[in-house]
Amino acid sequence: MLRGLAVLLVFQLVGEVLTRLLSLPVPGPVVGMVLLLLALELRLPQRDGLRAASGGLLAVLSLLFVPAGVGVVQHLPRLAAEWPALGAALLVSTAATLAVTGWIAARLLRRPAGREGA
Amino acid sequence: MTSRLTETWVYLAQSPLLWLALTVATYAGCETLYRRLGRHPLLHPVLTSVVILVSLLLASGTPYPRFFEGAQFIHFLLGPGIVALAVPLHRELHREQALAFPLSVALLAGSVTAVVTAVLTARLFGASRETLLSLAPKSATAPVAMGIAEKLGGLPSLAASLVLLTGVLGAVIGPSLLRRLRVTDPAATGFALGVAAHGLGTARAFELDETAGAFSGLGMGLNALATSLLVPALMRLLLP
Repeated sequence: MLRGLAVLLVFQLVGEVLTRLLSLPVPGPVVGMVLLLLALELRLPQRDGLRAASGGLLAVLSLLFVPAGVGVVQHLPRLAAEWPALGAALLVSTAATLAVTGWIAARLLRRPAGREGA
Repeated sequence: MTSRLTETWVYLAQSPLLWLALTVATYAGCETLYRRLGRHPLLHPVLTSVVILVSLLLASGTPYPRFFEGAQFIHFLLGPGIVALAVPLHRELHREQALAFPLSVALLAGSVTAVVTAVLTARLFGASRETLLSLAPKSATAPVAMGIAEKLGGLPSLAASLVLLTGVLGAVIGPSLLRRLRVTDPAATGFALGVAAHGLGTARAFELDETAGAFSGLGMGLNALATSLLVPALMRLLLP
């Protein structure tokens, strides 16, 4: 568990450093995720501790968004002034994005005939 | 007695412990409520705990930075939490083959849809230019969206709020909307939740199933990349 947490933090750290050194357009943790995925393919980190640490964090992933979510309190005046535009835009855009992405992925992910699970 | 109370309040108001404890306790309470009441999407614990905590901040006159001094300890875990998505993803990628083409097409279509529909709808309703520039990257994960908004001349902290609202909305309407469109494949459901609603969509996808969660993490990561590459070009077309 502790080793797993150390692995996650080290990959995040490497991700943050690479993002800055190479001025990548993606945030450090996303780079860290990709690097850890590559490392898992190469069977580098110790598996069990990593599974425990990642399982623990992913189980409370929603909670981790609450502090940033409360930041909406700083924008209440603008949200109050522009709510019809923002409400409509968020609703239309989120629904359309979900529908387009999900529909295309579901159609194209159908396994070719003959393969297991088709 | 009154002075003792005042002293205690002065201590609590200065200490990060108060808002850290309130954040975790509020979320835990909201999550129990959510499970007991049959997981109604409008009672999603992120939504209810944000509403409760915002009300507490307004009622007590606490500024957001003071709240964040305590809540930052939770916020910090977001980074390792995103890195942790590699573990279920690794498992899923070994189960399936030939994913690159379907997922790239779905990603590109979804990413363009997210930016274009948001900006055009808001412009139709007369949103200010600053708001439009902060709104464009709203489907990407918060740190990416803030970076993009800043580069374009929007407001990074407004972008973060719009990202969060998008995430809550996607997590709330996503699963039932996709079911209605007969999207039943957990990989497709998860991928759509990750592309449209980033980390909150991913957290919601993990509640549905492990496979959905893993693909959602993939969708979130890929859309962070796609949005940062697409938004500058799309905004030149949409807001000349």
